Amino acid sequence: MRKSVNRVWRRVMANKLISEMGLPKSIANIFAARNIHTAKDALSLTEFELMELLDVGLAEVTTAVSSISEISCPPYQTRMHNEHLAGHLPTRLKGLDAALCGGIPFGVITELVGPAGIGKTQFCLKLSLLASLPSSHGGLDGHVVYVDTESKFSSRRMIEIGVNSFPEIFQIEGMAQQMAGRILVLQPTTPTEFSECLQKIKDSLLQHHVKLLVIDSMAALVSGRDGQGQCRQHPLGWHMTFIKSLAEFSRIPVVVTNQVRSHSGDDPFHYSFQDSRQNLDFPTTFDSHLVAALGIPWAHAVSIRLVLESKSGQRFIKVAKSSMSPPVAFTFAISASGISLLHDDGIEMTGPEINAICGQVLKHFNVASSINDAHNIKYFRDFEVTVVYSIKNWSFRVVCG
Amino acid sequence: MEVSSLPISASHRAKLISAGYISISSLSSISPAHLARDLGISENEATGILKVASQRGGPERTIPSHHSIVDGAQTAWDMLHEEESCRRITTSCADLDDILGGGISCKEVTEIGGVPGIGKTQLGIQLAINVQIPLEYGGLAGKAVYIDTEGSFMVERVQQVAEACIKDMQEYDSFLRKDLPARQVNLQANDFLANIYYFRICSYTEQIAVINYLEKFISEHKDIKVVIVDSITFHFRQDFDDMALRTRLLGGMALKLMKLAKKFTLAVILLNQVTTKYSGGSFQLTLALGDSWSHACTNRIILYWNGNGRYAHIDKSPSIRSASAPYAVTGRGIRNLASNCKRVKLILRARLAHDEHICRSLI
Repeated sequence: MRKSVNRVWRRVMANKLISEMGLPKSIANIFAARNIHTAKDALSLTEFELMELLDVGLAEVTTAVSSISEISCPPYQTRMHNEHLAGHLPTRLKGLDAALCGGIPFGVITELVGPAGIGKTQFCLKLSLLASLPSSHGGLDGHVVYVDTESKFSSRRMIEIGVNSFPEIFQIEGMAQQMAGRILVLQPTTPTEFSECLQKIKDSLLQHHVKLLVIDSMAALVSGRDGQGQCRQHPLGWHMTFIKSLAEFSRIPVVVTNQVRSHSGDDPFHYSFQDSRQNLDFPTTFDSHLVAALGIPWAHAVSIRLVLESKSGQRFIKVAKSSMSPPVAFTFAISASGISLLHDDGIEMTGPEINAICGQVLKHFNVASSINDAHNIKYFRDFEVTVVYSIKNWSFRVVCG
Repeated sequence: MEVSSLPISASHRAKLISAGYISISSLSSISPAHLARDLGISENEATGILKVASQRGGPERTIPSHHSIVDGAQTAWDMLHEEESCRRITTSCADLDDILGGGISCKEVTEIGGVPGIGKTQLGIQLAINVQIPLEYGGLAGKAVYIDTEGSFMVERVQQVAEACIKDMQEYDSFLRKDLPARQVNLQANDFLANIYYFRICSYTEQIAVINYLEKFISEHKDIKVVIVDSITFHFRQDFDDMALRTRLLGGMALKLMKLAKKFTLAVILLNQVTTKYSGGSFQLTLALGDSWSHACTNRIILYWNGNGRYAHIDKSPSIRSASAPYAVTGRGIRNLASNCKRVKLILRARLAHDEHICRSLI
């Protein structure tokens, strides 16, 4: 499998040279003389432009373009069900695994989005642990690369999750060290460092049995603007495509967390043919003034979107976008052993509510009592952030707890 | 007809005009050797020019059966017959088929766009499966080309949809053909998968290359009846500095796809993403790739949320009336928005039970 992955990387990265395509000498020379060296150069011009540039007839141009296209076009495949391509990382949350047909899928980007303090990092820590476990215990038996842009990674918390969820493994001498030794943490602080990190990851992915990539969080390095339509160039455009191709060619699960921002009056919900008057109360219907950061292009790029939110003192994890799952929500809680579902039967949600993100304030004692004391302060801080949100945006919201 | 409109190289054209050959008729009775001498080019090149000129020959050339006042035209009456006999691909949702006049038309380019998660890829997969339905069940018995630019083609999902389609065919057999002897549906999900030619495209160069290559590919595989591009937008959306170039390339692609649809009588389906547009004092959702692209496709369907349901709206079509219809995305694919709620619980319970059964059998 490794050989085919390498070949595929080379195909993507290389820009096929016209001189190596086996075209008739005469036309190949003409292309070279006019500085058209790669397939990209040739195909970026229309046939008439090529006629003018190369000073040849239409018939010749058409033949040349069709040969170049045939050679640059990737071969077709028939995608029969192939076990090793379609794998999953089980999350050990039975209901969620059932909804996702086995767990976090390989080869695509899974996004976790939710307000601060809801449990995204906890989920990521648990997944990192699961991926590093030996396969006899349902893990992927591999290394994990954890890109931590907000300095939220806590190895102490991760070991605590490990000890509480898999006591039989972690009580063995040296196991904790071995598991923790498989998790590689990178902490870039600027967008440039982040880009360099991604390049380094790509290089080491194939050699070092990396079985999971976690990026927590993607939005932290984007300052302010998040591609809301007007700016043509999305600030993370290159990163999105890069991470997507990383996921696909290495066939590993990639989990990315995303932040939320408050819904501004400019966020569009309608098309021109829809009568917007009917839907005026759209934003308030779902008690939500939050939308996912990073904008619409990012929302298109991810394959699975899990929305974490809290409503009426209860936390929910919703499968908002997934081609293989019905739209369901599960209640969950954070405990010493990470995240656990309160019920394995999901609640089905019809309509666009599955995509909405509610940022109601959590009950105070829910947060404090379930987490190790050493982390209380950090979570209290996140909780305060949520309180500030509530005061600014919803003046009549009562702080629960 | 003018020499300046001949598809020959610019320098040859210039030489012809400066030597006095302005109209094509002036080339009609000249020998290659003479022309070569006049223009100062080789005899081979002169022969080439004369060949092109004769192909473009004027009104003297008569084509038998077409009553062509204008060369190459078809009468509307002939086209009516063609349109009526044109098959349509069902979407498996009766309401949606109704507003589309029976299904997706097989000689046109249809663009389908919507917000993330609304079901564009789902619809694409459903159509790739439905085109393969055998003739005796009302299908086209064709194959599909699926051009995937985003990596959203998940094999497990396609298997689910294929299996549901097979079940539907079996139900059709048992309900509607009760009097006739029982017939086995001899198809497996893998057969459906094998009939989808899948291209994974990683850059806009490859996207243009595959669309150029399709003409040759489809003439070698004549049973392809649908080409789905999912999505047409992805590689043109980011890292494209030169907007004018983008418009030109998109225009070229649209023309080639239209030509494919017409020449091979197949349906071309382009899936598009959304973006925001400032108009009338507020921001609105609109399909991506700009205003000039919106003219390129023959039909345009927008998938959107309305209240609690997913709807499809026919935004632009020369022959179908503008209308909206609800649809649902279920475990079996795209279906009618009938009461669908109970099925979700059943799906999950079934999966949970299946997993438990596997665990127990391993112990």
